[in-house]
Amino acid sequence: MARMIRVLVAKPGLDGHDRGAKVVANALKDAGMEVIYTGLHQTPEMIAESAVQEDVDIVGLSILSGAHMTMFPRVMELLKEKGAEHIVVFGGGIIPAEDVCRLEEMGVARIFGPGTDTGDIASFIKGSFPDTE
Amino acid sequence: MTDSKRFDEAEKGYREALGGETIRDVEFTTVSGEAVDPLYGPRHTAGLDYLEDLGFPFAGFGTAADTNRRYHYLLEHGQTGLSVAFDMPTIMGYDSDHKRSEGEVGRCGVAIDSLKDMETLFDGIDLSKITTSMTINAPASILLSFYLAAGEKKGIPFDRMGGTIQNDILKEYIAQKSWIFPPEPSMRIITDILAFCSDHVPKWNTISISGYHIREAGSTAVQELAFTLADGFAYVEAGMAAGLDVDAFAPRLSFFFNAHLDFFEEIAKYRAARRIWARRMKEKYGAKDERSLLLRFHTQTAGCTLTAQQPENNIVRTAFQALSAVLGGTQSLHTNSMDETLALPSEKAVMIALRTQQMIAEETGVINTADPLAGSWFIEAKTREMEEKAEDYFRRIDDFGGVVKAIEQGFFQKEIGRAAYTYQKAVEAGKKIIVGLNAYEIEGEKIDIPLLKIDPQVESHQKENVRKVRENRDNDKAARELARLATAAAGDDNLIPVILDCARCYCTEGEIIGELKKIFGEYREPLFL
Repeated sequence: MARMIRVLVAKPGLDGHDRGAKVVANALKDAGMEVIYTGLHQTPEMIAESAVQEDVDIVGLSILSGAHMTMFPRVMELLKEKGAEHIVVFGGGIIPAEDVCRLEEMGVARIFGPGTDTGDIASFIKGSFPDTE
Repeated sequence: MTDSKRFDEAEKGYREALGGETIRDVEFTTVSGEAVDPLYGPRHTAGLDYLEDLGFPFAGFGTAADTNRRYHYLLEHGQTGLSVAFDMPTIMGYDSDHKRSEGEVGRCGVAIDSLKDMETLFDGIDLSKITTSMTINAPASILLSFYLAAGEKKGIPFDRMGGTIQNDILKEYIAQKSWIFPPEPSMRIITDILAFCSDHVPKWNTISISGYHIREAGSTAVQELAFTLADGFAYVEAGMAAGLDVDAFAPRLSFFFNAHLDFFEEIAKYRAARRIWARRMKEKYGAKDERSLLLRFHTQTAGCTLTAQQPENNIVRTAFQALSAVLGGTQSLHTNSMDETLALPSEKAVMIALRTQQMIAEETGVINTADPLAGSWFIEAKTREMEEKAEDYFRRIDDFGGVVKAIEQGFFQKEIGRAAYTYQKAVEAGKKIIVGLNAYEIEGEKIDIPLLKIDPQVESHQKENVRKVRENRDNDKAARELARLATAAAGDDNLIPVILDCARCYCTEGEIIGELKKIFGEYREPLFL
């Protein structure tokens, strides 16, 4: 039997806007994935550490405070330092289009903006790991 | 034939004409999922008596003239009233040069690290001639102290300064999630502020009890109403338990609600809020001063309803929401800008948002009459229904042992999380239509509106500022005041005079919070999905 996809939904930064992160976490759970939610106010160090500890396939960062250009590169750098660059990083939040391009150039797999259907996020993740169920 | 009988026949005819089918394939429910009948009449307000239950619209409520004055005041904005939004590090109690502040300094508001920054912020402005609203909660006592100290240095006595701090920590644990200390010491700081301001800063609005963030986090309208008022009762009870006379502080409490999509449900919500508050303040808390019974409220249109798709549609959406708030009797209003789901608002978007309010105030005529929908069967029935549902929530919160206990058990967080997910599923299933999002989309839409950019230099400048403050002050004195603060926090004395002394000798926000954390500890949220 194919294994389940393990997802870490993480909320970096100092703001408390966790509605999106929680809705996405619930939707991915309902889509048959194993979901770990970090809770609020995480540092990039805490997120990278959890990702490795929990042995996840993919990390989703939810950022609405404007700190995305600091947070995404830092998390990816730390994953690399820990020899975990195979962990896919994606994200969502209030992120202007030109920053989305820059983040995707840096290797962030996808940025989902406001109004995204949670089904699209689930399909994207499943498509990234074709050998899982 | 009686009115009631005639209505029953009309309703029967209406249902027959529909042939038992609903006229559209989605349910008749409000955006919060509450049932809506297709026709309202006397049956729906049975048992309600105008003189006994409803009263006349003017009694105890803010007047249309107040609202009108408020709009004129907005017209001249920048001259008599200023509103301050702070960046995340300031909101969370970190100085700009703290590691946790990286990437966040000056992003979603202004960075204030010490009295020095507050002096800069209000340079050349006479603080006795304006009022200032500060959207600040966990560190509200410190930002208020910076402000008072800034005025004091210009020779303005505390009792001539007026303004508002949000200072609503309970909704932080429930929804907005910008907390620092655990609930108990946080409530102590709030009662210290209530006591200090009623003695020394009588023109200050001490708490803006906020439903806005509860709704934005995904609650229903009833939850917003019930949880916000429950928070209000908790502050009143805490103030009374600290020995304050209810009429000494209650008139300085104000409220802050959301204006969401469902037009009539929102109007019923505001009306229910006023009724519940006035009744409780009088009957349960024994308030004698009429002003203690008034539920004065500010309203902001719902940011969470704005769509990134076809963003210009948000102008219209916001106008409907603003109109519901005005018809519901709000004292003041904030209209969102159309581009807020994309970035911080641009100047043009802000201007249109302001013009929306001015059109409501100057052109539509709706502000000329207070509570203009009073007496409508539908509105009265909905208002009563929301009151009853809120009362159910109050009973459930009491069963937990009050708001703080319910927070510790995750009650509010779970209720809101569930409502948010239910709503998202309804939208994705097409049961709730959001124009431009799940209906009437434009294929291959290109978003073409100008967005505001933040100067990346802000962070390094601000780090330099706070470094200079620490270099140029009397550091021995600062250390002595911080030590005094730790002692006061461990005891029972009012903390505000001591925080003011720290502010006066340029202790930074991070340092003051740091001392308090040593005594009070930090809040950790129990995790609920």
